[in-house]
Amino acid sequence: MKPARFRYARPGTLAEAIALLAEAPGEAKILAGGQSLVPMLNMRLVRPAVLVDITRVRDLTGIAPAGDGGLRVGALTRHAELVVSPLVRERAPLLAEAARHVGHTAIRNQGTLGGSLAHADPAAELPAALLALDARLHASGPRGDRAVHAGEFFRGLLTTALESDEILSAVEIPAPPAGWSFTEIARRPGDFALAGVVVVLGSPLTPPSPPRGESLRVVGFGVGDRPLRLRSAERLLAGVTINADAAARAGAAVGSDCDPPSDVHGSADYRRHLATVLTERAVLQAAARLAGAP
Amino acid sequence: MSVIPPSERLAVRLTVNGRPVEHAVEARRSLADFLREDLALTGTHVGCEHGVCGACTVMVDGRSARACLLFAAQLDGRDVITIEGLTPADGLSPLQECFRACHAMQCGFCTPGMIVTATELLAQDPAPSTEAIREAISGNLCMCTGYVNIVRAIAQAAARAGARA
Repeated sequence: MKPARFRYARPGTLAEAIALLAEAPGEAKILAGGQSLVPMLNMRLVRPAVLVDITRVRDLTGIAPAGDGGLRVGALTRHAELVVSPLVRERAPLLAEAARHVGHTAIRNQGTLGGSLAHADPAAELPAALLALDARLHASGPRGDRAVHAGEFFRGLLTTALESDEILSAVEIPAPPAGWSFTEIARRPGDFALAGVVVVLGSPLTPPSPPRGESLRVVGFGVGDRPLRLRSAERLLAGVTINADAAARAGAAVGSDCDPPSDVHGSADYRRHLATVLTERAVLQAAARLAGAP
Repeated sequence: MSVIPPSERLAVRLTVNGRPVEHAVEARRSLADFLREDLALTGTHVGCEHGVCGACTVMVDGRSARACLLFAAQLDGRDVITIEGLTPADGLSPLQECFRACHAMQCGFCTPGMIVTATELLAQDPAPSTEAIREAISGNLCMCTGYVNIVRAIAQAAARAGARA
């Protein structure tokens, strides 16, 4: 279980990293926290000719406020930092909560936000959180910087909108909605979720009272080949006063939005059932938060 | 910035258990193999080699890390602590004493990773609940399934440290 030989480069700036990728078109892999890539290297599922180690690229670090109550997070930000950062907890508490569910402490200490997004595991927490938050992901490459909405970034199983000569450099998150919930079911803490549901509800400025389905997003993960908007639930809740009945109807509707895998951990039907239960719970928790619960 | 070809070795300088170390390594040398093979620090165990079992857990710059998921070449300038660095020259640390008192090891393969993980937990949360202890060690597999006594040992270490404080 040793990786095949590779050439190794450790750039100090984003420009150098992009130049290194351009020198080895299609043959290079970016190494950040390594928590997803290195297992694949060790098992020789991937055998890149070049590893570009971006962990010393300072342009990719930092968490900073962005306009209108939003946040800009550098791609190299470790999960552990997302969990404790006061700025993230204030401006994107959903992201902090999602990061708490990623792997185990030793994984969260090393793994990076950009790495999780670029890897695009369909059962991963952070892609789902950023889709629910309508984040924009910045890709930097030889043609400059472009921003991609989370909804267009995740293209399928381990597949994203990133070109092979681009690096995910930062994420911009708009001001958080007042109502939110992050739920998942995993067999043990730290395992990938069997299924999970994220709900955001209400605009950041004018929370409706009583809680109604406005500025609503319902996102499932582990229930398809990428994080999925559960649009049947979104449609049923749009503009409606949210109570236990509405949440139950929304949960019952999500089965048709999901296309979950069957494996040794659970059947597709079981995962659909989890999506139903979790949607109901998450909608109610988001509504309670919108109404002022902690 | 140069690209190091696969055949060439890279010079790394780092601190291991408080001691400066300088070595030439192949780029694909994992930190776990570097510690065991190059530095003869065999307390760090290698189990699954893909980040699942936790046996190779060490501290890097004060935070726990899987030594099988890092390359030694990445650790230039970093500070690494292994189970050898957590063990007093003479005898056992208080946490290790509790592992012994509670019979928290059977074959012992997972123990170094468990001790490193528990050390980090107790540094961050000196009085963890049983649930917090279980969650903290959820990334460390004990194939003997001796978890009950491991949880008991960590709780005992916390209680003893609390009584001393």
